[in-house]
Amino acid sequence: MADIQSSGQDSVYVKAAREAVITGIIAFGLFFLVIGFRTDQNINNELVLAQRWGLLAIFVAVAAIGRFIFAAFITPSREQAKLAKSKVPAAAKIDRRSLKATVSRFGLALLFTYPFVVILILALIQFAVTGQWSFQSGVQGSLKYVDNFGIQILIYVMLAWGLNIVVGLAGLLDLGYVAFYAVGAYSYALLSAHFGLSFWLLLPMAGIFAATWGIVLGFPVLRLRGDYLAIVTLAFGEIIRLVLINWTVVTKGTFGISGIAKATLFGIPFTPGPTGFAAMFGLPNSGVYYKIFLYYLILFLALLTAWVTIRLRRMPIGRAWEALREDEIACRSLGINTTTTKLTAFATGAMFGGFAGSFFAARQGFVSPESFVFLESAIILAIVVLGGMGSLIGIAIAAAVMIGGTELLRELEFLKLIFGNDFTPELYRMLLFGLAMIVVMVWKPRGFVGNREPSAFLHERKMISSEFTKEGHG
Amino acid sequence: MVSEVRNNPSAVLRVEHLSMKFGGLIAINDLNFEAKRGDITALIGPNGAGKTTVFNCITGFYKPTEGMLTMTRQNGEEYLLERMADFVITKKAKVARTFQNIRLFSGLTVLENLLVAQHNPLMLSSGYTILGLLGFPTYKKAAADAIEKARFWLQKINLIDRADDPAGDLPYGAQRRLEIARAMCTDPELLCLDEPAAGLNARESAELNQLLLSIRDETGTSIILIEHDMSVVMEISDHVVVLEYGTKISDGTPASVKNDPKVIAAYLGVEDEEVVELIEHAAATGADDITAAVDLLSTEAIQEITETHPEAPAAATAEAAAKPAGPAIKAGATANALAAPRGGTPDNLTLIKGIGPVNERRLNEHGIFHFDQIAAWKKADVIAAEAYLAFDGRIAREDWIGQAKKLAKESQGKPAAKKTGGAK
Ligand SMILES: Nc1ncnc2c1ncn2[C@@H]1O[C@H](COP(=O)(O)OP(=O)(O)OP(=O)(O)O)[C@@H](O)[C@H]1O
Ligand SMILES: [Mg+2]
Repeated sequence: MADIQSSGQDSVYVKAAREAVITGIIAFGLFFLVIGFRTDQNINNELVLAQRWGLLAIFVAVAAIGRFIFAAFITPSREQAKLAKSKVPAAAKIDRRSLKATVSRFGLALLFTYPFVVILILALIQFAVTGQWSFQSGVQGSLKYVDNFGIQILIYVMLAWGLNIVVGLAGLLDLGYVAFYAVGAYSYALLSAHFGLSFWLLLPMAGIFAATWGIVLGFPVLRLRGDYLAIVTLAFGEIIRLVLINWTVVTKGTFGISGIAKATLFGIPFTPGPTGFAAMFGLPNSGVYYKIFLYYLILFLALLTAWVTIRLRRMPIGRAWEALREDEIACRSLGINTTTTKLTAFATGAMFGGFAGSFFAARQGFVSPESFVFLESAIILAIVVLGGMGSLIGIAIAAAVMIGGTELLRELEFLKLIFGNDFTPELYRMLLFGLAMIVVMVWKPRGFVGNREPSAFLHERKMISSEFTKEGHG
Repeated sequence: MVSEVRNNPSAVLRVEHLSMKFGGLIAINDLNFEAKRGDITALIGPNGAGKTTVFNCITGFYKPTEGMLTMTRQNGEEYLLERMADFVITKKAKVARTFQNIRLFSGLTVLENLLVAQHNPLMLSSGYTILGLLGFPTYKKAAADAIEKARFWLQKINLIDRADDPAGDLPYGAQRRLEIARAMCTDPELLCLDEPAAGLNARESAELNQLLLSIRDETGTSIILIEHDMSVVMEISDHVVVLEYGTKISDGTPASVKNDPKVIAAYLGVEDEEVVELIEHAAATGADDITAAVDLLSTEAIQEITETHPEAPAAATAEAAAKPAGPAIKAGATANALAAPRGGTPDNLTLIKGIGPVNERRLNEHGIFHFDQIAAWKKADVIAAEAYLAFDGRIAREDWIGQAKKLAKESQGKPAAKKTGGAK
């Protein structure tokens, strides 16, 4: 028995080694000319052929070793996991659910304490290095982590949750979501600049404006489905951006609008002066407080989005959205007005985009059309798809991985040691983004969390496997 | 006559002169029928007869080319369905339907499917979502009621144990039942079922019959169902309408429809070659009338039946035997048959309602060219004519003789030129 098993194990390695050799040969064939040679110009403008055998060897080795690891370890272990999974008794499943609940509770706790955890960790590091306890240095150092990671990720979480209503629940593929983000941002920028209205008044107004635009977009696209809908929403996003660029009288075109008023905490401004936040609470002057305030603001907005989404899913309208995604004709046969159902989905999604936009303007203090390019729409959509359409937790994880990952790339200075000094990791952002996307889509075609949670139950709440849910046709 | 139908309070749905054309294809041709309140009306017919198209017209998925569809609700309100949008028909006129290819929300649970069906009342009680979002108690109560209603129907269709499973995971028969329950959750007064028994085994089919009967008896919902399974139709329906090529060929109680030779012919079908022949014939004669096509097809099919069934009337057998000879006047002719039309021009027999170009040709072949000939028919002649026309009782039902007498009188009074158009 043991014999058979060990020989089985052997044959796996032999097979893996054979596959690795084949992969290496294929990689060599593929990269031989592309990587092995490089044409260059020398000082005399002559074409020279540089040979890069080392690099070629690295490529081939990576391919071969990768294949070996995959075939020898990953595939068998996945098969075993699959086998084990099919044997899991019901009790373990319930365990897993309670595990999920604790994970999300833990995640929430972490979100609420994140800035302070960062400050504490930084202060501790400082203490370990210098032996001096200085809380203030932790505060100063936390700026980068709160702003670049915390706020940046949460903005995308919120945007993706907003888009999730349109794409994930109602199944309407919207490639122009960034337009509503732009509407929200410019509403705040313009109205605060011209009328001096406060952030707290303009936040809901930005949402309402964006929702109005959502309905405006919704009307012409109601009859469209699938590819056609995607193209028209894409065009809508571009139209909004072009209007922002060309309507220079109002929007100042590509220069953008700068000096946008900051948000205040119930009327307390975050300014260095004596009436400012720091002075009032007897704290040393620092820009960090505003960032921390913004962090909690966007956290609140994102959680509001989540709360509304969760509530709406249990309302008739939310169920109608999901039913619309599953089968529009059946919806109509049940007396559901699919026109208004689609419009409310567009409007609700757009409203959250508008909220996020006005927050964005308040945070940056500057808006220009450059922030609202198609790529942004694509990233938000990618986050929704990666996370698993309809799943809030999956989307949050996807946003953290995608946005946090690209931010992290800026930090990876040590890569310069490997690839040389002129290596700029940020430039590989999109490459890694794309790779990650391919990997996830192969590994989990329905995103991180493909299962759907039912909105009501009679006996017990069972997750619905992704094989039954549909993505919608438009 | 029309007003009599109109004031008939027992009709839940009246279909009058319904026509539906898809480009050149006439899917429904001047269809008239009535579904009585509290009845199970079966709509049957061969594949492609236009049954589903009738449903799509009733439920607003297609706008009919012509015709009037009147839905009368229990409270007396009347709705003209052909003018309403599909979802309004379900919402206001209370007509619900199922689909031939099941259309469940497969990614929603069984329970959620039934809740989606209660969208409109729930939407109202949630104050168009706003009150519900704020947690008002009216919505909570309505939501609980909706779940109770779903529970009732789940018990009725025997799916209560699977309430929390995705609808797409159910076996086929259960999906069919769930679709019916979902339609019933919209509180319909008229339920349109498109082939509910398709793909069910014998036991499931019997259960379905019980379900439909109990729906009718307990909720008072009227049902129209499309069905190919004749055992289902015969067992539960009160009234049967038969369609073929978009035309109604029979209408009545299950027993009377079952014995209607046209229905038998339609269901036994005709060979492909004969269809080809028919098309060639239609092209040759320039006939484009669908009724004519149906006439010809059915007549030929009946000949086939009579050939294979020895108990068929002797005259028909004789006629079939004589067919290859093809003389000017065929065997089995009526007493007053002529060898050729008087004066060379036959009367236009198609003026008699019920005689199409095909029948006219057959009559001519048997030596009948003039109205007065038909007007003079005796009982024996009628039987003889029916044998080769193979329309049991049709001549009497449509009063060909009476019509012919009238036409004969008219044509006597007028110049002969009037009659020329006839010979085809
Ligand atoms: N949307 C459409 N466009 C064009 N032709 C159509 C359309 N819908 C139906 N038809 C045609 O109308 C005719 C009647 O179709 P219908 O589906 O009503 O038949 P049916 O009686 O339901 O048949 P079955 O028993 O096969 O379901 C067919 O010839 C069909 O091809
Ligand atoms: Mg059909």
